Amino acid sequence: MLKSREDLVNLQQKSKAALAEQKMRILVCAGTGCVANGSLKVYESLKKLIAEQGLLAEVDLVKEVSHEGIGVSISGCHGFCQMGPLVRFEPSGLLYCKVQEDDCAEIVETSIVNNGVVERLLYSDPTTGETVKTQDEIPFYNRQVRVTLKNCGRIDPDDINDYIAHGGYQAIAKILTGMKPDEVIKEVLDSGLRGRGGGGFPTGRKWSFAAAQPGPKKYIICNGDEGDPGAFMDRSVMEGNPHLVLEGMMIAGFAIGADEGYIYARAEYPLAIKRMRKAIADAEALGVLGKGVLGTDFNFKINIKEGAGAFVCGEETALIASIEGERGMPRPRPPFPAVKGLWACPTIINNVETLANLPAIIMNGAAWFRGFGTPGSAGTKTFALAGQIQNTGLVEVPMGMTLREIVFDIGGGLREGKKYKSVQIGGPSGGCLTEEKLDLPLDYDELMKVGAMIGSGGLVVMGDDTCMVETAKFFMGFVQNESCGKCVPCREGTKQMLAMLTKITEGKGTEADLALLEELAQNVKDGSLCGLGKTAPNPVLTTLRYFRDEYLAHVRDKKCPAGACQALKEYYIDPEKCKGCTICARVCPAGAITGDKKQPHVINVDLCLKCGACMEKCKFGSIVIR
Amino acid sequence: MSGKITINGQVIDFTDETNILAVARKAGIDIPTLCYHPELIIAGACRLCVVEIERMGMQASCSTAPADGMVVYTNSERVNRVRKMVLELLLANHDRECTTCDSSGACKLQKYANDYGIKRLRYPSRTVMAPLDTSSLSVVRDPNKCILCGLCVRVCKEKQGIGVWDFKNRGSRTEIVAAMDQPLAESACINCGQCIAVCPCGALTSNSSAIEEVWAAIRDPKKTVVCQIAPAPRAALGEEFGLGSVDVTGKLVAALRKVGFDKVFDTAFAADMTTIEESNEFLGRLVKGENLPLFTSCCPGWVKYAEEFHPELLNNLSTCRSPQQMFGSLLKKKYAKELGIAPQDMYVVSIMPCTAKKYEAKRPEFMTEGSYDVDAVLTTVEAARMFREAGILFNALENSEFDQPMQQTTGSGVLFGATGGVMESVVRYVAGKLLNAEGRIDVEFTRGMEDTKIASINVGDNKLSLAVVNGLAATEELLKKIQSGEMTVHAVEVMACPGGCVGGGGQPYQNDGEHRKARAKEIYNIDSKLVLHKAQDNEDLDKIFEKYWGGCCNHDTHHDLHTHYYPKKRVAGNEIVIKDGDGPEITVCLGESCFKKGSLAVVEKLLELPVKVKGVFCLESCGNGVSVKVNGQIQNVKAENVLEAIKANCGCSCGTCS
Repeated sequence: MLKSREDLVNLQQKSKAALAEQKMRILVCAGTGCVANGSLKVYESLKKLIAEQGLLAEVDLVKEVSHEGIGVSISGCHGFCQMGPLVRFEPSGLLYCKVQEDDCAEIVETSIVNNGVVERLLYSDPTTGETVKTQDEIPFYNRQVRVTLKNCGRIDPDDINDYIAHGGYQAIAKILTGMKPDEVIKEVLDSGLRGRGGGGFPTGRKWSFAAAQPGPKKYIICNGDEGDPGAFMDRSVMEGNPHLVLEGMMIAGFAIGADEGYIYARAEYPLAIKRMRKAIADAEALGVLGKGVLGTDFNFKINIKEGAGAFVCGEETALIASIEGERGMPRPRPPFPAVKGLWACPTIINNVETLANLPAIIMNGAAWFRGFGTPGSAGTKTFALAGQIQNTGLVEVPMGMTLREIVFDIGGGLREGKKYKSVQIGGPSGGCLTEEKLDLPLDYDELMKVGAMIGSGGLVVMGDDTCMVETAKFFMGFVQNESCGKCVPCREGTKQMLAMLTKITEGKGTEADLALLEELAQNVKDGSLCGLGKTAPNPVLTTLRYFRDEYLAHVRDKKCPAGACQALKEYYIDPEKCKGCTICARVCPAGAITGDKKQPHVINVDLCLKCGACMEKCKFGSIVIR
Repeated sequence: MSGKITINGQVIDFTDETNILAVARKAGIDIPTLCYHPELIIAGACRLCVVEIERMGMQASCSTAPADGMVVYTNSERVNRVRKMVLELLLANHDRECTTCDSSGACKLQKYANDYGIKRLRYPSRTVMAPLDTSSLSVVRDPNKCILCGLCVRVCKEKQGIGVWDFKNRGSRTEIVAAMDQPLAESACINCGQCIAVCPCGALTSNSSAIEEVWAAIRDPKKTVVCQIAPAPRAALGEEFGLGSVDVTGKLVAALRKVGFDKVFDTAFAADMTTIEESNEFLGRLVKGENLPLFTSCCPGWVKYAEEFHPELLNNLSTCRSPQQMFGSLLKKKYAKELGIAPQDMYVVSIMPCTAKKYEAKRPEFMTEGSYDVDAVLTTVEAARMFREAGILFNALENSEFDQPMQQTTGSGVLFGATGGVMESVVRYVAGKLLNAEGRIDVEFTRGMEDTKIASINVGDNKLSLAVVNGLAATEELLKKIQSGEMTVHAVEVMACPGGCVGGGGQPYQNDGEHRKARAKEIYNIDSKLVLHKAQDNEDLDKIFEKYWGGCCNHDTHHDLHTHYYPKKRVAGNEIVIKDGDGPEITVCLGESCFKKGSLAVVEKLLELPVKVKGVFCLESCGNGVSVKVNGQIQNVKAENVLEAIKANCGCSCGTCS
């Protein structure tokens, strides 16, 4: 049990020293992506092989033994999920990609016994083909600035001493031994930190509302109900550095006068929940959480509530309803949760990433934090890169970095030589950004101006073969499924918008539909009860704004310019290229292709099922979609 | 909080109004609402009441409090654009069979569609029609008409504390279903019909199948068709014909005669019987000091609630049948004989403010020689519909009198129509009987629309503590206090509906606080205008008691006018086999009450034994903890003692347990 700040400092030094004794540390990524690809087997295997060599170091940092040797441990997500399972060597920074169990013997033989490098496991630049040895040399990493993800991938998430060795719980200790709640609020206010969950509301201001409310009971809720398709930063932080989240919650709790917190995490994040649970138990056992934190009179209890995977439960009032055991449906605001929230007590709900920024702000000060980002949007932001991008994964960059830098410099551009078309930012609540917007600095206010939002930071990159009507339809389908069904505009409006979009992608839409769609989208935005409904039309409105021609092509010419809408595809045999080999006619299940031997064949479009079998079989590339 | 807000350019003072909607309506500016009810928690779901507020944008006026200096527009272009969208979207998903809808004319959706000139829908209409839930004798649910405003969910949860209705699914697949997604009849629904009373658009209606049966009986020459009229409809039926909440007893009797009823009686007459029987039962219990407090049993909603949720209180319920059933029993068992006809040739219809009476009438206890004592129950609204169908110009009718030999009505009997009425009648009776009080004794504490009223009354040397409660959520609160010993009362009048029967689920639409108050006021008016005010002053009743049973409160009246209550299964459904095995069979109750008391822990213990473990939904022994059935015998156990208890009582020698 730690009884004071000094105890904590002592433990930090001890753990740090123990780590320093290790002459090498191997960190195997145990984020969900890498685990799914077998990283835990890699970890077990490396540990076994190194132990066989007699080189394995004692992992328990607080044990009074020698820690010399090679430490092998799991770590949180390294971010470069595309290349997983990842194995990182410290202090050299050597990074192996796509490591499998079978590679372990070679790794131990080459890199540990003989101090060499397994060339084939290194990252190789897809354009130059050159291999890169260390993580820091990889473009994906070397342009990032990691604050919340700093220790994600560098520490063992299951080991509280590892967190403490890396400066963990120092911020709460600092606060408890010399700061007043209003000083904490002021520091956060000055830092310019804004909510990372979507809205971008200044965190310090939000806190000051709750702080002004009379107690005694107040709550902090950590919103880990990350539901945007393609977003996984909260999961990575919870999995990779759970204690950071706990410390952030305690700082927030201290600031507003709360003594209890809830972590609302999706039940689909079992690993995150498991690690958060262990972190809570370990922190309580060590005396940095619970009753009388670090020997002071500050109490803080943290509970975990597993959400059943409703997207709407990311909305504050629906989330509260869900914790209270009610159906997750939003309530009208005001009263705002800061005034009347969980069980009618003042409640602050902060996103995982927001909370994860707090310890660093407290330790380094508001000015340091403002050193990153733009004047209106301080600090860094994590983005989850997904879609048709070369390097999928998780990145953290200063606010204000341009989309171009993120997509092309860090993300490596599009996969399979596709041409950039658009990026959907902020999930289903966000909007599409076109090529003209590539040099837009990404921060809250700039994105708002173009009708999009940062949201939680999901970036889905789309190439030129993506149909924007289809994309709008996808997101509309998502929000329609996830609408709680309470208010009419969202429940019925999204259904009708989805029906209209479906009609358009099937080539049955008219220009009148387009006008109605736009009108309805605007009305749903105006009339809905909560943020989900108010932002649900964004994908429609932004695609209509930037890709109206594409919509018009669907309704006027019944064509899908991207060639993606199945119903609008028309298969055609180029008579110039057709050799009359008859193979297409033979594979066609509908008997839609006719033609004499050695004569150009033709497709009867009325019979064609658009299955694409002919195109697949044609050796001469004579069948095209037009 | 008070101040001024500007609505559409008009400066309006506000004081304690909680929302802009109330401020606007007070100032004569109407704002349409579908999901709003002044007595229920605000949902802000329909978005029809949106207004535009300077610097706040579009807000729902039901959920936004007025603030000094606020500038509000209730009919701007943007506001009406959103409202029209809401209506258009709702209508597209609504079964628009207005002509054949029970709620036609009383439907808010229909009214607003007209008001806002929604002429042609631009969205495709609902294509799939879901089946109706007609399982309940009282309430019919049409999911195709439901606009998911959630009023039924809220009224059942907040006012009745039951929560039979709730939402299921998300997005456009959202629907409202009865608990466990079962037919309403199999749920814990107490049939009060408050959900009907709040439904704005015909998704919930009363089960009107009785109308056709009544017509058939009237047209059947073999049948003697007799009608009884409850107190509350006489103060509300006039609303259906534009007369307001005024006494229409005379017209009602005349209309029923024109429709073709052979005899028309007053349920208030039977209410006097109830008062006499119940008062004496109460006095008897006071003397013996047993089964106190006495709970009234006139309200079939409350009776079912007690059977569903408080089986431990069933001995405290008055054994008196409700006035409807007393009258039915009298008519079938005695009056029919006097007329020289068989009970099955007499067809008894009652006009009730209540949908639960439909359920009560079909309880198997209330039969005479194989025929129901009350054959059909029509709600106030259904009676009005019947009159229209018969072509009766209600407003032009001359008053008519009830039939002999049960013609006299006392004010006491009429009081049953409002909350507190039964208690007031009992107090009047007891005061007359024990203190020889004469004339009208007004018992002030029982009156008024508050949900819980408690008072102490001195009767001779005894001080009696009496409680009157309406709404079952309030009842549950009161029960908690009584059962915890925090409060001692001697008698409790319970009415399930807010305001008592005047606010019943079968009363005309716009069944809100204002209307309930007006109807109750009329009930008290009727009382004050009548000559007689105490049950014992009813001379016709004296004669009837004497002629049919040789007096009141004896063994024979007990047989014909009293009843028993039975605990209800909470969840219907088949047994489930939790663990198969060759050993003895042990059945564990997984019903609501036992579940709360830890039936799952008991199951876990039992799984350790090589026995066959089955789960059932209710062994109907709810008051006593986790019920387990072994060898056909029900025992009440806890997880800690289940194994010992089974060993001790199993009686078999299979040796499994040891």
